[in-house]
Amino acid sequence: MNDYWKENLRIIFVLLSIWFLVSFGFGIIFSEWLDQFKIGGFKLGFWFAQQGSIFFFVILIFIYVYLMNKLDKKYQDKNKDK
Amino acid sequence: MSVQLLTYLFVGLTFALYIGIAFWSKAKDTGDFYVAGKGVHPVANGMATAADWMSAASFISIAGIIAFSGRDGAVYLMGWTGGYVLLALLLAPYLRKFGKYTVPEFIGTRYYSDLARIVAVLCLIFISFTYIAGQMRGVGIVFSRFLEVDINLGVIIGMVIVFFYAVMGGMKGITYTQVAQYCVLIFAYLVPAIFISILVTGNPVPQLGFGDTVNGSSEFLLDKLDRITEELGFNPYTENTKSTFDIICITAALMFGTAGLPHVIVRFFTVPKVKDARKSVGYALIFIALLFTTAPAVGAFARANIADSIQDTKYIDAPEWFKNWESIGLVAWKDKNDDGAMQLYPGNAFEGIQPSFTSEVGIYGERIISNKLNEDSQNELYIDRDIMVLANPEIANLPPWVFALVAAGALAAALSTAAGLLLVISSSISHDLMKKTFRPKITEKQELLYARIAASIAILIAGYFGINPPGFVAQVVALAFGLAASTIFPALLMGIFFKNINKEGAILGMILGLITTLSYIIYFKFIFPNFNNSDYWFLGISPEGFGVIGMIVNFLTAALCIKFFPNPPKKVGLILATIRQP
Repeated sequence: MNDYWKENLRIIFVLLSIWFLVSFGFGIIFSEWLDQFKIGGFKLGFWFAQQGSIFFFVILIFIYVYLMNKLDKKYQDKNKDK
Repeated sequence: MSVQLLTYLFVGLTFALYIGIAFWSKAKDTGDFYVAGKGVHPVANGMATAADWMSAASFISIAGIIAFSGRDGAVYLMGWTGGYVLLALLLAPYLRKFGKYTVPEFIGTRYYSDLARIVAVLCLIFISFTYIAGQMRGVGIVFSRFLEVDINLGVIIGMVIVFFYAVMGGMKGITYTQVAQYCVLIFAYLVPAIFISILVTGNPVPQLGFGDTVNGSSEFLLDKLDRITEELGFNPYTENTKSTFDIICITAALMFGTAGLPHVIVRFFTVPKVKDARKSVGYALIFIALLFTTAPAVGAFARANIADSIQDTKYIDAPEWFKNWESIGLVAWKDKNDDGAMQLYPGNAFEGIQPSFTSEVGIYGERIISNKLNEDSQNELYIDRDIMVLANPEIANLPPWVFALVAAGALAAALSTAAGLLLVISSSISHDLMKKTFRPKITEKQELLYARIAASIAILIAGYFGINPPGFVAQVVALAFGLAASTIFPALLMGIFFKNINKEGAILGMILGLITTLSYIIYFKFIFPNFNNSDYWFLGISPEGFGVIGMIVNFLTAALCIKFFPNPPKKVGLILATIRQP
């Protein structure tokens, strides 16, 4: 397995863990516990379930885009050096 | 100008625009037809994906579903957006890197097997047709409600429009019409939502108004909803009714299903570079999130509005929109307690889900229904949840052009999704079945001709379903997502990330995944609908969430096959090595 792929897998693993946490974690499993906190008129768990998780999804994809562009560049430069 | 005339004008103008784009972007070769020559800008592709993805159901139904199911509606919100993270991280960039035209083509090559490709094609066609029937029906309904033409004529007009840009322009024509359709549909969704948000909370941003206080009081909108729903005996608006485990399964099935829908995946084959594919998924989700974060706000506003303007209001004082929709048959009222006022309580007001109207009129002028009353419930009202979005402009007293805009937006949502589905059906037939399997000797010109013929036939079949809708359209949405989650998604994921999965594993995995999901859904939705409740469900999983189990069966089958069948040949390793490079 090449290094580029390994680093890619690590990035995927970290980002998908956050993906799981904000949707299945905060939006479903711990949702009712989070309801004791409030932001504005939202109970926090309800906010994650109906709005917050979607914002996080968008942000996660753009973080992936940014990290992968950096990774692509790093390995393209390396290949040029060879 | 009257609403009717304005609606004709708006719908006519948008249709002229779509046909104009079709002439401008005629497909010259198969590359244009299948993947728009791989030259679509990532932002444009993001908009096209969003229009492709958001169907008549997303536009019309989702806010209403949330208005009536409260917190439970979150499964659709998270399920239909979260899948894009999976697409961006796990599928789209690698499939784009592979650089071919269709999803079955990847499965056939990666699993070195014509049979794998054919199984994938069959899954794809099945998923796409179940989906498309609902779209054509949506087109017909919008025509009949807004333009007062016959539903069947509406379906035929819709077919002709799609025929123009899908058959002539292929993916290229579809892409640029979808960009235009996205602009129409999101504008049409946001304008009334903003007005309603101002009306209810004074906040012009629906996403913020959702968490704001109600106009003229210090009570938060959601607290008010909890209070009134509870007072009337409903489950409180911001609390779940489904079991946590079932919510997890439904959300997961919708997410994995989204990531496995061929008409969505293939959109990311149309951008120039791999990095564009990643970025493009991000843009797509921004454009989708714009609607999907507005929908729950609209749902909450609508629920509050109904409570304020309908509950305990005398029928003779009912708002005009109520009577308009009653005349079309989407709301009904039966004065059970003879007080002349309308009451909305839990439970169905009468037996049978849809009201069947007689030609008679009651003492207050209401339409009389012939359904047997449900005496177990005090509820007097039937309100079709689909009217929530369509009636918003009337509820908020908006000018007639907004009403016309919503009609054009709903049509854009239905047509764009139908066209995307037609394209994956036609390309899987002309490319994967004809060129790659049965007629490898056909020239490119002949293949393009087959693609156009396949698209035309698919439109006719879709139109037939639109005019003679099978009674099960509403039930089969669960089927489309469940099947995508249990067949195509695992085949693609394992194909990219696990070198050792062999063709036997992929084929048996898809077939067993399909059978598992299909039989469970058919059992509960068609054979024994009376047993369709959590007492009888396997582990308490509803049919909507069972795709997850199908997916697990698929993964386990494929993993077992590593032990019993030979490893994939060397060339598969080479394909994967190229995919796994920058």
